[in-house]
Amino acid sequence: MNKKLNVKPKPAIAKVKAEATGGDKYILRLFVTGILPNSVRAIRNIKAICELNLKGRYELDIIDIYQQPSLALSEEIIAIPVLIRKFPLPEERIVGDLSDTEKVLKVLDLV
Amino acid sequence: MKQVKKPRTSNIKFPKALTGIQGFDVITDGGIPKNRPTLLLGNTGCGKTIFAVEFLISGIRLFDEPAVFMSFEEKTEELIMNVNSLGFDLKKHIADNKIYLEHVQINKGEIHEAGKYDIEGLFVRLGAAIDKVKAKRVVLDSLDTLFYGYDYQVLRSEFKRLLTWLKDKKVTAIITGEIGNIFLTRHGVEEYAADCVIVLDNRITNQISTRRLRIVKYRGSLHGNNEYPFVIEEKGITVLPVITDALNQKSSSKRIVSGNMQLDEMLGKKGFYVGSSILISGTAGTGKTSIATTFALSVCKDNKHCLFCAFEEAPNQITRNMHSIGMNIEPFVKSGKLSFYFARPTLQNLELHFIAIKKIIKEIKPSVVILDPITNLMTEGPNSDIRSMLTRFVDYLKREEITVMFTAAITVGSIERNPSDEGISSMVDTWIMVQDIEVEEKRLRSLCVMKSRGMEHSHYVREFDISNKGIVLCPIIRHTNGTSKDLKRRTKENENLSTSKKGEEFKESAR
Repeated sequence: MNKKLNVKPKPAIAKVKAEATGGDKYILRLFVTGILPNSVRAIRNIKAICELNLKGRYELDIIDIYQQPSLALSEEIIAIPVLIRKFPLPEERIVGDLSDTEKVLKVLDLV
Repeated sequence: MKQVKKPRTSNIKFPKALTGIQGFDVITDGGIPKNRPTLLLGNTGCGKTIFAVEFLISGIRLFDEPAVFMSFEEKTEELIMNVNSLGFDLKKHIADNKIYLEHVQINKGEIHEAGKYDIEGLFVRLGAAIDKVKAKRVVLDSLDTLFYGYDYQVLRSEFKRLLTWLKDKKVTAIITGEIGNIFLTRHGVEEYAADCVIVLDNRITNQISTRRLRIVKYRGSLHGNNEYPFVIEEKGITVLPVITDALNQKSSSKRIVSGNMQLDEMLGKKGFYVGSSILISGTAGTGKTSIATTFALSVCKDNKHCLFCAFEEAPNQITRNMHSIGMNIEPFVKSGKLSFYFARPTLQNLELHFIAIKKIIKEIKPSVVILDPITNLMTEGPNSDIRSMLTRFVDYLKREEITVMFTAAITVGSIERNPSDEGISSMVDTWIMVQDIEVEEKRLRSLCVMKSRGMEHSHYVREFDISNKGIVLCPIIRHTNGTSKDLKRRTKENENLSTSKKGEEFKESAR
């Protein structure tokens, strides 16, 4: 009993620390449809938000589902544009042109 | 999947796509609008998905038109399993690349909204799916789930865009939706958006549920306006477009014997007309079933098929009872000449009984159908409903040149005429009345032909006896020799204007 208790917590703590340091970056994906107005606005808005709040610690992929329709299926996309936060977990989705900056920041946990 | 008529796609006719759903293509005169979206509305569990799937499967089977099914509710595996019970083998069609199923996951609450958006993602997926199998037919089932997940206002305009998009894609589409929540009641989206709107409904009256279908709107086409009952059976949906049955009635001059010589004698010596309808009405215990069985037996002996629909007695009970009066129907049951349809009237509603009976008729093609007794069915639903159903059924039988015999039990209090009889008697061709009368302190069964269209018939009331040798008819009064003296009978008949009056007279003279 004692032995087990002593052994177990150690690696657990170590793992959490490793993740926190290694995965510091935000991984964001923005799915858009070509150059439709909503998509263009969304791209502009997310870039601005990231530069202001996450400078240097984010990865942003912009994916055009017109070019890659298969991704629309695998990512279960219906509403467009949609921003998916892949990391940190849990995954979060924000649909819209991201003009509601406050809401975006709130969902992304940046306030 | 019967109506494999050629699709009427001439330039005058509105182009339509046959759904392959029995009956539906008849009431719409060729199916739903081709290359256009159709809205299929209805509550939960009324058969929308099955309707939609059958539409797709028919497209594949009959016209080799590939299909896409986008499900917002059921997972694809679930859907495959659910429709498999109806004989729709989706797996095979998927393997043949004839159908493509896609489940669209919608997680309400997990989606945050920040600014303007549309559902172009769905369009992209749908487009990819259509291209994948080169689909001609598309189903979206059901949009409600989608509407719950996103902002209503956005989706409303997107819905209209979807319809236009589907038209541009030149696919025949069915979009299902629940009634009352989004469509039809609120803002009337469907009013102008869709070209064709069909409503399914599952109604329960007297604990018996009936599915009904109604075409609310069909731009550019005539369509039946009624509510049509439909059933979901092991082979899919059957809609009952029964009104059309009346059109091609045939009137045969051929005759069919009743199985009793004396009765034939009363009916112009030749019996009933083939394809006519015969009503045997009478109080309890007057021998209605016996007359019906005599008829059935004679049909079977003539090497023809007879369908006996029993709503009161079980088939083996009838067999036993008829054996006691010298009629052995068992061999014919065994050889398949005599088929039974036995069901409690309350089991399902009348329409469903008729559907079930029609199915058997299509299978065994009988020349005679017997309904014993029709009055038991009358307990279901209001009378006018029943009468119209019965009329349609009789029309159907007439078209098929099937002779039909109903028996009807009337209550003792209203021996002369019974309201329900009134209703039926106008639509039957031959009406035979059996009743109890008293002749010299003796209770006798009597029989008379109340009417018989298109033939000379006796107006005499006959004594009618059931013994172990079957049914025997004989003249009732000793001082008239009705049967042999034809001339005398004629004069007697001329004296009496109505048969019912005459019955009384006989009674009086007997006392």
